[in-house]
Amino acid sequence: MRPLVSIVMLGLAMAVLPLHAQDIPAHDRLSGFEMMGADVQAMQRDDFSNPAMLSVREGEQLWSRAPAQGKKSCQGCHHDVATSMTGVAARYPAFDAGSNRPIDLAGRIQQCQTERQGVQAAPRESALLLALQALVALQSRGMPIAATADPRLAAARERGQALFNQRFGQLNLSCAQCHNQNWGKSLGGTRIPQGHPTGYPIFRMEWQAVGSLQRRLRNCLTGVRAEPFAPGSPELIEIELYLMQRSAGMAMDAPAVRP
Amino acid sequence: MATANVLIPRSVIRKGDIVTLKAIIAHPMETGFRRTETGGEIPRNIIRHVSCHYDGVEVFSCDFHPSISANPFLAFTTIATKTGPVSFIWTGDNGFRHVETAIMNVTD
Amino acid sequence: MSQPISRRCETEPDRRAVILAGAVLGTLLAVRPAQAMPDDMERAIRAFTDGAVPKPGKVAIEIAPLVENGNAVSIEVAVDHPMLPGNFVTDIAIFNEKNPLPGVAVFHLTPRAGRAHVITRMRLATSQHVTAVARLSDGSFWSDAREVIVTIAACTEE
Repeated sequence: MRPLVSIVMLGLAMAVLPLHAQDIPAHDRLSGFEMMGADVQAMQRDDFSNPAMLSVREGEQLWSRAPAQGKKSCQGCHHDVATSMTGVAARYPAFDAGSNRPIDLAGRIQQCQTERQGVQAAPRESALLLALQALVALQSRGMPIAATADPRLAAARERGQALFNQRFGQLNLSCAQCHNQNWGKSLGGTRIPQGHPTGYPIFRMEWQAVGSLQRRLRNCLTGVRAEPFAPGSPELIEIELYLMQRSAGMAMDAPAVRP
Repeated sequence: MATANVLIPRSVIRKGDIVTLKAIIAHPMETGFRRTETGGEIPRNIIRHVSCHYDGVEVFSCDFHPSISANPFLAFTTIATKTGPVSFIWTGDNGFRHVETAIMNVTD
Repeated sequence: MSQPISRRCETEPDRRAVILAGAVLGTLLAVRPAQAMPDDMERAIRAFTDGAVPKPGKVAIEIAPLVENGNAVSIEVAVDHPMLPGNFVTDIAIFNEKNPLPGVAVFHLTPRAGRAHVITRMRLATSQHVTAVARLSDGSFWSDAREVIVTIAACTEE
């Protein structure tokens, strides 16, 4: 059943998104996991060994804990995380009717905190927020990234695609130039990945910590010597929206380990 | 309270078996050699010692230096003697101390 | 012997020489690399063995010869030796060549271990040799060394 679902999803994605000449053909797609060395793969595969799973453990404790006196915990509304959060991370960013724009998973958790729990939102990249993101993302492990044909997201997705193809920074490089046209080649001592967001939030060995896709994208922009977009900015959400569409059908492997 | 995890094999353990124990704990293991963006020192903050107690004795211990990775991971072996708790005690800089216990079930 | 150029040279230290010596010394201190040198590792090993030279053998390090990131390198050390009361491996120490400090960890074992086999994750600041030294209950020391090449990730935060 699952391969059929993936093919249908991929078909939907391809129908929704015009295939650019330089896009990676579906049969050539490789996740970051597939492109990394055996020892890092081993670190990710073993849940005990995977440092990101410590963040998940923290998330499990946070899920059932009331954030403040008299306030509801996540569990209070969502009950069992394994049932209520299945497939959620695989279909984010989603459309937020309230703000009339796309919202990513971190933003949605923050929104829950302020609007539904009545507490202050945890900052992006904080241990608390990442722990909850990691816990939710785990519930989509193995599931294909969902292609969404939601027409309300179309304009934002196109802006994300434009950003992906736009040159940035002193090095004047676009995402597409490295990750579509030169993936697999060496950059310093490392192989350029294709840039599929299947594993987020990740334990990036370079950070020695768990971090979000937005943190990684900001690293990319620093890498080309551009001023990175601010955390939570619409541009980063639009890029993520496009990236998820670009990777539609690929299996989520969050929370992942990456070099 | 730190987040830590201890792994005792879930398969049947018989008395006398040599069992692999694993432990991991969330800790930055700040080396003391890193600098802030403006050149300021980031002081050392590491776990210095790990001790494992089982069946009334310390069956294993180790000393860590800053070269040990963040979220320090450990695996070693011990002989299964009887059912009982296996306790890990991590201690380190700034008065850090964390204890994590798991039960080892041993069949005769 | 020729006459001094001026009488001052006989009684006062040459100011230019002092300044030059100071500058050279300062430069030497400034350029001392913030990394342990191979002899630091040797010195650390000798401190562990109380001066004895470990014999190669019995110890086997398992570590990837090339790693994608030096921040979390898995290292396994096994010692081919019994773990019996009165005849066992008492300690396994890991050393490195080029991190700021030569010591990595020391594992203390007893016959209750059953086997002398430890695994941990270490940092490698750059490509270098890693040495493991085992102390046996009879007071002898054995060692193994491996070379690891470390590559660095691209597009970081700096």
